[in-house]
Amino acid sequence: MKKAPKRFLVVLVAALSVFLLFVNAYAKEPYKIGALFAVTGPASFLGEPEKNTAIMLKDQINKAGGINGHPLEIIIEDTKSDETQAVLSAKKLLENDKVLAIIGPSTTGESMALVPILNTAATPLLSCAAGAPITQPVKDRTWIFKTPQYDISAVEAIYGYMKKQGISKVGIITISTGFGDAGKKALLEIAPKYGMTIVAEEKYGPKDSDMTTQLTKIKAAGAQAVINWSVGPGQVVVTKNWEALKMGIPLYQSHGWGSRKNIELAGKAAEGVIAPLGRLVIWDKLPDNHPQKALLKKYTQDYVALYKSDPGTFGGHAYDSIMMLVEALKKVGPDKKKIRDYVETNIKKWPGTGGIFNISPDDHCGLDKSAFEMVVVKNGDWEILK
Amino acid sequence: MLTVFLQFLFSGLTVGAVYALVGIGFNITYNATSIINLAQGEFVVIGGLMMWFFSESLQLPFFVSVAFTIFSAGIVGLLMERLTIKPLKNPDLLLMIMITVAVSIVLRGILMFSFGKDPYVYPAFTEGEPLSIYGAIIQQQTLWVIGITGFCIILLFFFFKKTMVGKAMLACAVNPTAAKLVGINVSRMVMLSFVLSAVVGAIGGMAITPISLMEYDKGPMLAVKGFCAAIMGGLGTNRGAVLGGFIIGILESMTAGYIHSGLKDAVALIILLLILFFKPAGIFVSKAMHQLRKY
Amino acid sequence: MKKGDLLSFLIFILLIILLPVISGSTYTLTVGIFSGINALVAIGLCILMGYAGQVSLGQAGFYGIGAYISSILSVHAGLPIVISAICAMIVAAIAAMILAVPALRLKGHYLAVATLGFGEIIYIILNEWGPGGPSGFGDIPHFSLLGYTIDTTTGYFYLVWGLVAAVMLFSINLINSGTGRALRAIHDSDLACNAMGLNVTALKIKVFILSAVYASLAGSLYAHYVTFISPSSFSLFYSILVLMMVIVGGITNLWGAVIGAVVITVLPELLRRFEELDVLVYGLILTLSLMFFRKGLVPILIEKIKKLREFAVAKH
Repeated sequence: MKKAPKRFLVVLVAALSVFLLFVNAYAKEPYKIGALFAVTGPASFLGEPEKNTAIMLKDQINKAGGINGHPLEIIIEDTKSDETQAVLSAKKLLENDKVLAIIGPSTTGESMALVPILNTAATPLLSCAAGAPITQPVKDRTWIFKTPQYDISAVEAIYGYMKKQGISKVGIITISTGFGDAGKKALLEIAPKYGMTIVAEEKYGPKDSDMTTQLTKIKAAGAQAVINWSVGPGQVVVTKNWEALKMGIPLYQSHGWGSRKNIELAGKAAEGVIAPLGRLVIWDKLPDNHPQKALLKKYTQDYVALYKSDPGTFGGHAYDSIMMLVEALKKVGPDKKKIRDYVETNIKKWPGTGGIFNISPDDHCGLDKSAFEMVVVKNGDWEILK
Repeated sequence: MLTVFLQFLFSGLTVGAVYALVGIGFNITYNATSIINLAQGEFVVIGGLMMWFFSESLQLPFFVSVAFTIFSAGIVGLLMERLTIKPLKNPDLLLMIMITVAVSIVLRGILMFSFGKDPYVYPAFTEGEPLSIYGAIIQQQTLWVIGITGFCIILLFFFFKKTMVGKAMLACAVNPTAAKLVGINVSRMVMLSFVLSAVVGAIGGMAITPISLMEYDKGPMLAVKGFCAAIMGGLGTNRGAVLGGFIIGILESMTAGYIHSGLKDAVALIILLLILFFKPAGIFVSKAMHQLRKY
Repeated sequence: MKKGDLLSFLIFILLIILLPVISGSTYTLTVGIFSGINALVAIGLCILMGYAGQVSLGQAGFYGIGAYISSILSVHAGLPIVISAICAMIVAAIAAMILAVPALRLKGHYLAVATLGFGEIIYIILNEWGPGGPSGFGDIPHFSLLGYTIDTTTGYFYLVWGLVAAVMLFSINLINSGTGRALRAIHDSDLACNAMGLNVTALKIKVFILSAVYASLAGSLYAHYVTFISPSSFSLFYSILVLMMVIVGGITNLWGAVIGAVVITVLPELLRRFEELDVLVYGLILTLSLMFFRKGLVPILIEKIKKLREFAVAKH
């Protein structure tokens, strides 16, 4: 009687130990990242593809075994395109969820509100917004990075191409939000460098229905080309107005133009519209040996298969932020300072959706105008201009 | 010179017509209930998006889509009234208005889920080159917008002035007790007013979408402009809403054209405030008429 | 002060002191800070609407003036923050007076639109000519007084709610004074007041200015906490939100403004779990709350407490 229970106990303990070892080997602590996206509100066309990208990448990474065996957890909060909400959401992520780093937010205004908070919390922020003040002056942006290209780079791409076409007089029309304002400031600042004269500066609101007045003024001022700087439906309305007015001068758009949806919505009016686009939108027109092509192809195809729509330029910014963090986590583990240092020093010649990144202590963005291709809409499709 | 002026004018007429229709929608609800339905903008959005759904997504013929869209909008208006307005006994006016704000949030949320955040468009009612008048171009769809607005105004004029139902509706807000005493089913009039204002809003949305596209959150801006138009012209008077709408639209366009496009919304608002300063009840409402209504 | 008000006030002070002690989380305290800032604006609007019977859809304009003027003066003119905030309140008061004199001749929906127009004009001015334009500007200094800088969350929580308490004290005394009674009389009947010799218009203007000053103070507190402001925080959307706070809390009771502000600020935080559905749930909760708690949360709470007491007394 005494031998049987004893033997049974030994087997039980042995089995339990093996089981626990087994379980522990798989129960590695998750790496927690926070994500702030404008999923609702006026900037939701930015936040939605960013959020979708985050969910898709997280699932892909975890299916492949996580980061060194650690599952990746991305805690996504909606900032509702509002700065106050961004502040509250950031504090929740830092404090309640104790995240290692934060991706986003989607707009420059929200990012600016978070700069002091993330710096104080010594936590890396990889913003998906474009404004230069987000990462400048670098000495006050120790923990802050961004993955979208600088507006100035897009403007340089436009002006550079225009100069080659012999254009020197430009009319600009911008949306009255932070995005348009940043573009306007960049357009005005860089103009003298390329010998451009801005003959007219016009504006419109995010929900305006008709911009023929502003375009008429631009034509009357003697512009040789029109540059529109906006995202959202405004781009399409301006394009349709431009075509209806038969302005006779070329229309250039900002890099926000990079979505097939815009061509679809503008219809035949989109023919001939030129814009500096990140390569994500035109990946299929790139030569096969281009360093970005493979990842762009995979990202776009995976996204379309899962969500039945294009990621557009903006989804790509979330891709870049997340993949940079994932690489850092793989190499240095869950240490905020080490992650920050890794991103600052090791992201060099790094192919992403936005371009080929070269982040350094002086530049927490790492992209310049070479991130763009000048693209024209031809026969309802993109065509890279030489 | 003339070309440029006309171009500005046409742009102002285009947007002004939509403001006018929204303002008329406000008037219909106001005339029956004294309530300002701040979800009026959402009816416009529903018009545009449902029209896309029927004509582009389901590929139904044009007139069938129009009919279904009007029907859908009417249903939404009906549901809103039955679920949130009718259940309340003797409600405070301000409370009712805040409820319409809350309902507009719900409607916007539903639209966001159903249609996503993208803008939608469908072809103009008639395809063809824009017309050119003294060198200024006017799109065919703009003529449709203005024409449809005019048509609605005429129809509503006859409805409110010449039909029993219309006159009954007007009686309800001025004095609901008296209206009940003469046998008017006030509750049914209220319901009808919501349905009618939803339909009018949706018609505006259907007409403007080919020009300016439609997305789930265009409602609030249109509601504010439409409300200002109605107030400027005199709340409750449809010719006031029309005049107010066109004045605001043209002021915006002329300011953008001749002064500075960044100021266009501000100038329209300043003119509105000035008009209210001299005519505290709007252009077409006299002080005497204004004293008759509690609100 | 009436006994009921004194008791409420003491409980209020106790809660303020205890909250940071019970919950050390800066996230919770930040929610508390924004609630307090919103409460200041709501209290002003509550006095204007509940007691003076006027409506305003333009409080965001004064809120924005408070934020921008205080920030501009402290950043570009190097003035101490308290002075900048006071200057902002003066500017807001003047703006309120300029608006009130013509606007208060209007009634009901017309007054609403006039104040709406004012708020929108301020927004457009900030968007066009404010420093940074639509992109806003940052590096606004944290609040500091006589060399002490308040840049901890707990410190700022006490600052904001301390000011709310002070404003409540002042406002409660105002309501219970002769002026307050006059205000309530105006709410019921302009005509009767005029007949009795009250200068109705002057009183209305004073209350309007008061609500503007409260909103301006709130704006300054916002700016010196977030240290970055842009016009988008001061739009019509915010004016409507404040109105919602007052109505949900109960327009007839000043505490309603405070409770309403807390509820409306906290509610979106509680709805985070719904992710994208949060907007829809928020709208539904608001609709139902307005329909079923028509008088407002605080008046209904007071009714329930009274009924409870009667019930307790009746049993004996």
